[in-house]
Amino acid sequence: MAEPQDPSSTGTDAGAAASQTRQFISFRVGDDEFAIDIMAVREIKGWTETTILPNQQEYMLGVLNLRGTIVPIFDLRCRFGLGLTTATRSHVVIIVSIGGRILGLLVDAVSDILTVNAADIRPVPDVDQPVDSAFLAGIIAVGDSMVVLLSLENLFSHHGPADTAVAA
Amino acid sequence: MPTPTFGSDELAQFRKTFFEECTELLADLEERLGALAAFSGDIESLNAIFRAVHSVKAGAGAFGYSVLVGFAHRFEALLDRLRDGKAELDERTLAALVAAADVFSALVDLARQGESPADDFGADVAEELAALLDGDGPARPAARAAAEAPEAPAERIYRIVFRPNAELFRHANEPLYLIRELKALGTLTVDCDLTRLPSFEALNVDDAYLSWTMTLRAECRPATVAEVFEFVDDECELTIEEIAATPAVQAEAAAVTPAAPAARATPTPAPAAAARTSGATAGKSAAMSSIRVDLARVDRLVNMVGELVIAQAMLAQQFVESHDRDDSAGLQGFEHLAGLTRELQECVMAIRMQPLKSVFSRMPRLVRDVSHKTGKEVRLEMAGEQTEVDKTVIEELADPLTHMIRNAVDHGIEDTAARLAAGKPAEGVIRLSAQHAGSNILIHVEDDGAGLDRDRLLAKAIEKGIVPAGVKLSGEEIDELIFAPGFSTAAAVTDVSGRGVGMDVVRRNIMALGGRVQVVSTLGRGTRFTLVIPLTLAVLDGMVVAVGWEKYILPLTSIVESFRPDRGQIRSVPGGGEVASIRGEFVRLIHLARLFGVHEAVDDPSQGLVVLIELANGSKLGIVVDELIGQQQVVIKSLQDNHDPVPGISGATILGNGRVALIVDIEELTRLNDRSDRAARRADAPPRPLLVNA
Repeated sequence: MAEPQDPSSTGTDAGAAASQTRQFISFRVGDDEFAIDIMAVREIKGWTETTILPNQQEYMLGVLNLRGTIVPIFDLRCRFGLGLTTATRSHVVIIVSIGGRILGLLVDAVSDILTVNAADIRPVPDVDQPVDSAFLAGIIAVGDSMVVLLSLENLFSHHGPADTAVAA
Repeated sequence: MPTPTFGSDELAQFRKTFFEECTELLADLEERLGALAAFSGDIESLNAIFRAVHSVKAGAGAFGYSVLVGFAHRFEALLDRLRDGKAELDERTLAALVAAADVFSALVDLARQGESPADDFGADVAEELAALLDGDGPARPAARAAAEAPEAPAERIYRIVFRPNAELFRHANEPLYLIRELKALGTLTVDCDLTRLPSFEALNVDDAYLSWTMTLRAECRPATVAEVFEFVDDECELTIEEIAATPAVQAEAAAVTPAAPAARATPTPAPAAAARTSGATAGKSAAMSSIRVDLARVDRLVNMVGELVIAQAMLAQQFVESHDRDDSAGLQGFEHLAGLTRELQECVMAIRMQPLKSVFSRMPRLVRDVSHKTGKEVRLEMAGEQTEVDKTVIEELADPLTHMIRNAVDHGIEDTAARLAAGKPAEGVIRLSAQHAGSNILIHVEDDGAGLDRDRLLAKAIEKGIVPAGVKLSGEEIDELIFAPGFSTAAAVTDVSGRGVGMDVVRRNIMALGGRVQVVSTLGRGTRFTLVIPLTLAVLDGMVVAVGWEKYILPLTSIVESFRPDRGQIRSVPGGGEVASIRGEFVRLIHLARLFGVHEAVDDPSQGLVVLIELANGSKLGIVVDELIGQQQVVIKSLQDNHDPVPGISGATILGNGRVALIVDIEELTRLNDRSDRAARRADAPPRPLLVNA
């Protein structure tokens, strides 16, 4: 499979690529709709019990066996600082590929595939919110509701305790 | 003549293959040379060395490494003299051969790195070779032909029909070199047969289309002519006929050769003559029964089979859960499948297995060099070099073993005077042996030297600040000090060893392989190091343990025993730790549940189990778990492909039910435990009760 294009660039240069359309997968976490670049998505599967990794961030739910590959799973709701999801079989894990790594995102439900004109992706205004805005890539208006675009790279570039030590 | 042209990719590929072959050939050469040096070699060793040098020369010629070819030529010439019994294998010759082998492999290395050697590189060795050759004959390889001349009749005429198979070039052979070599033997007329050459569109540049009919007038025996084709004779139709030794037939031959149509009429080789030459290749084709496979392909196969084993186990478990026990046919089928998968896995793992010989064979040489430098008399005895280990393990073993053997000669064995004074034979003995033990191999490095001087070790360790002064250590603990970082006992830093990076590096290397090093020593009698190393890095014999809802794998090799302690066997110590006493020994306890933050786990060791573990440094540790599930061979999966490293976890595996289980990194547990203890002490504002003992 081709390397997914960099999802973090989503919508940042809307003017330059006005005629371009892009596709996103939208999903629901709590009452809110979010979307990620469809190119990053490998597959979508139902929630199964994970094996807990010791001493991780709260939103790191452990690992799954995905046909022989060990895949770490993250709770998006918890990553947004909205508390742990009580996962059931009806919850959904979106398997994505980010920077050569495969990981899973626990969400409440997958909603739709959005085809969006790049010009329609608006920057996120600075607002006071519990979520660190670095991983918000833009906002799309869909019908009368809004969908927030996520930058997966920014969302997961600084998880885990080892990262900062390596960088330093 | 059209020389084959290759794209740069292909050429690079050929070159890579050539150097891979060189590595193997040089290893073989080294080994054979070792045998010769031990005076256990025979004519077959000489032949093998000759073949190795010759093969490298042939390839080097094809790639235009002229310096290498030139050196190989002289090397070969001396070997040839020895082979024919025209030179004697004495100390001087042997030394020259060893030195030549060094220069030879250095030249190969330079060629591999694409560097050209300095002008005078290896000149002294080349001179020595020449001097040895001059001793009783000329130094040129033509000496071979010249030396044989007296037995050979004056001049012979051979007709040689050489019709290569299409694949010739793909095996890195080049007819031009053969023809040149023939030309060196005498007067050669060559006629090229172009009949097989296809139209330009159909031409495949990798294929050989040309054949040659040649007439050679030379003072040499048929065997010498056949030898030229030694490396291609299973890739061509070859006829070597002695036409006549009379001028009359010479004239006839001369008449035939220049005419191309005549040559076209004679492309059919005489089968009888071909049979004559093919006999010599029988020995060689036996060596051809192996193929070279990219390691990445083997790894993929190993991975796939690993998946298969897991899938099979999952299927079997689901079957058992969802069917009646009465379905014996189904159960039998699953058992059969399980047997087959296990066997398949063993077969696949066996592909990666190689005899330790490739590492062991370097050691005689090392011992000779180091003993020479240190002026000691040392004999190396080796056993079990056929023991097979995973290729990756072998690669990682070379450094530590080299270091240990060097140490044994330099520090272990005393100098001759000291040995005689101690009533020992002047010659020291180092024994290197390997054997299988379950899923591990044991490698012993043993010397009959002075043994470890514990007083000196301890004094040195205190001096270096490795242990505090006045510390009380057991004899074994003192012996263990040689593995401490920055420890070196050599009174003087010698050229050979004693730079203070030593056994600690050995231990680290071995531990990285999942193995252990132990040392046993008797003062005045010698030292024995034992390496315990897993056969492979891809599977692990594990003990599955339960902690709360989670399951962890502990490496079986580290487990000494497990027991359920009485409450009286356990007591807390200041600082939040716990110790258990077992048969008079006190071991520290580590709660996996606390360390890994697992809920609903057994907290009281007397309600659960303590698994007693031996660490690489020989110290023991008790790991508190809920229960043992069972022993299982697991396929090791990397956790770090998709996630950052997790402290205390070395990898993961997939259990029969499809769930991931984590493999515990035992060596790291202690460090992790220390950290969490400190963190706990900081976090707990109210001091914990220090003594909770009933």
